[in-house]
Amino acid sequence: MTEKTMLEAVHDAMSDEMKRDERIFVLGEDVGGGGVFRATEGLREEFGEARCMDTPLAEAAIVGVAIGASLNGLRPIAEIQFADFIHPAWDQIVSEAARLHYRSNGTWSCPITIRTPYGAGIHGGPYHSQSIEAFYAHVPGLKVICVANPYDAKGLLKSAIRDPNPVMFLEHKKAYRLGRQDIPDDDYTIPIGKAEIKREGTDITLITYGLMTQHSLQAAETVQSEDGVSVEVIDLRTISPWDKECVLESVRKTGKALVVYEDNFTGGFGAEVAATIAQEAFEYLDGPVTRIASPDVPIAPYAIILEEYILPNPEKIAAGIRGLAAY
Amino acid sequence: MVSVKEIPGAMGLATEQLHDLYFKMFLARTVGQRERMLNRMGKGPFAVTGEGHEATQVGTAFALTPGKDWVFPYYRDIGVALTVGMTARDLLLGHLSRAEAIESGGRNMPSHFSAVKLKIVSGSAPVATQVPHAVGAALASKMRGLDEVAITYFGDGGSSVGDVHESMNFAGVHKLPVIFVCENNQYAISVSVKKQFAVENVSVRAAGYGFPGVTVDGNDVLAVYEAGRAAVERARKGEGATFIEAKTYRLVPHTSDDDDRRYRSAEEVQEWTKKDPLVRFQAWLEEHGIADRNAIEALQAKVLQEVDEATDYAEKAPLPEPESALRHVFVEEEK
Repeated sequence: MTEKTMLEAVHDAMSDEMKRDERIFVLGEDVGGGGVFRATEGLREEFGEARCMDTPLAEAAIVGVAIGASLNGLRPIAEIQFADFIHPAWDQIVSEAARLHYRSNGTWSCPITIRTPYGAGIHGGPYHSQSIEAFYAHVPGLKVICVANPYDAKGLLKSAIRDPNPVMFLEHKKAYRLGRQDIPDDDYTIPIGKAEIKREGTDITLITYGLMTQHSLQAAETVQSEDGVSVEVIDLRTISPWDKECVLESVRKTGKALVVYEDNFTGGFGAEVAATIAQEAFEYLDGPVTRIASPDVPIAPYAIILEEYILPNPEKIAAGIRGLAAY
Repeated sequence: MVSVKEIPGAMGLATEQLHDLYFKMFLARTVGQRERMLNRMGKGPFAVTGEGHEATQVGTAFALTPGKDWVFPYYRDIGVALTVGMTARDLLLGHLSRAEAIESGGRNMPSHFSAVKLKIVSGSAPVATQVPHAVGAALASKMRGLDEVAITYFGDGGSSVGDVHESMNFAGVHKLPVIFVCENNQYAISVSVKKQFAVENVSVRAAGYGFPGVTVDGNDVLAVYEAGRAAVERARKGEGATFIEAKTYRLVPHTSDDDDRRYRSAEEVQEWTKKDPLVRFQAWLEEHGIADRNAIEALQAKVLQEVDEATDYAEKAPLPEPESALRHVFVEEEK
């Protein structure tokens, strides 16, 4: 076990996998020199320029070239510098990577991993803060992972790289250096599509993912000590495919569900979770399935005072828990 | 027996190869016509074909090594698909969206070619999205030390798409073995090429990417073949990409749902009909004594028989099972 930041965990997962499998290579903007967050630091020196390739500044080409290379036997990891800049690659991801296997009746496949830092809380303004996961979770043929801690990041990134399908691997950028965690030095993977109960509880099931997991755990401790409310916190970790069984089993036990997500309220991935609970666990519910999310304004305004006003935080989540507990 | 090597313009091709060129062109023409006919008969809901493009498509694809080189066609490239090795039966099964339709099973639209064994990669309908894939395949060939070439096709309309610029730039920077073919047929559906780019020859753009660009008469199959062969040799030698613009004309509407009388005159179509690449190549073959009228008719008869048999086969082939629509969203197991 070694203490690592999430950034180091992401780096280690790539480095380990590149040692294991020479088909794997990284391409993206500034990755050769280590990238703006330093996730690819040292990979060029260790594996050579061809396997840690600086590309022209063009996102559609980064993803499109990765797709083509994957058809010809390689396993590319495409880095998009910020999730906010991925939109020019939409057509390549949605029309091409996601549909290629289906439209070719299961013959061609596209084993690529697209890594990108997402999420707010670093005073990045409207173009370094976006949550993009719901766009891609809507698309059949893509797997979508959201990580915000070192252990999950390493284990799930390895699974993503080894997966024969296109995987969107979203790394919450505020979690990159938020803290250190003891993680195994030996090889381990975490299965895609499995949630984790990060805290057990009996009164309310709180379903979340990404950085909101940490905020939710903090809120759960607060309401436990101040109000005696016991909250079960589930980190989905993968939102496509997502672990419905884990969520429904917990809700059937607690009878109440609170869904917390950082993205905008309307059409955020939590809306899908809420709808599923309402349909599948209706008879077990003792209160309305409730959502806490950012309001429907472009995330996130630059000024700290504005950004903090917009984003869910432990206080807002604790207030939501109290409200639902009292229902 | 005439020695073709002594004939200027034969590009060193043997008699059998020149016959095969004509055969492939006539096959492409006939498959296109057949698909349009089946559409008019109410048997296939949609057809997108390339009558008029045969010299461009067959000529470039003839320069490839089938099964070795990577092919990223667009939806008009019936001639490309057939030259590389797909069959009339493959295309007609696709047209009628049968269960057996190769690498589609009724999922993809007609003329969205795919054949893993031939390295023809399944295409989509958003224009030019296949172009970066060719660059990626070429990158992988280079990284793996394989002397494969990747070729990709798009129209004059497609040349306006950002993916084309991004791809050419990438290929130039990394000096990749890829060939970009623009089938300039003068129209992006109804919009004149004059509204696509402000230059006479779009191939001049290649200079901005650091590799050669050539414009050829896209209705002269031997000229197109020569350009394709030069580009393949260049790529194979590690000298990088080539942009070929082939000027041609679509003799039919954009698709079975288009009425081209809305945007071009009968006189204009008539003018281009006189330059029909098949008529032209047939005249060349006869003029140089490489195929007489009987030989041409024999080739045509063989094509018609092949297309008739393919049509019969496809019409009798079963439709896909409805529940097959749920399969293959994901690769289930790592192979």
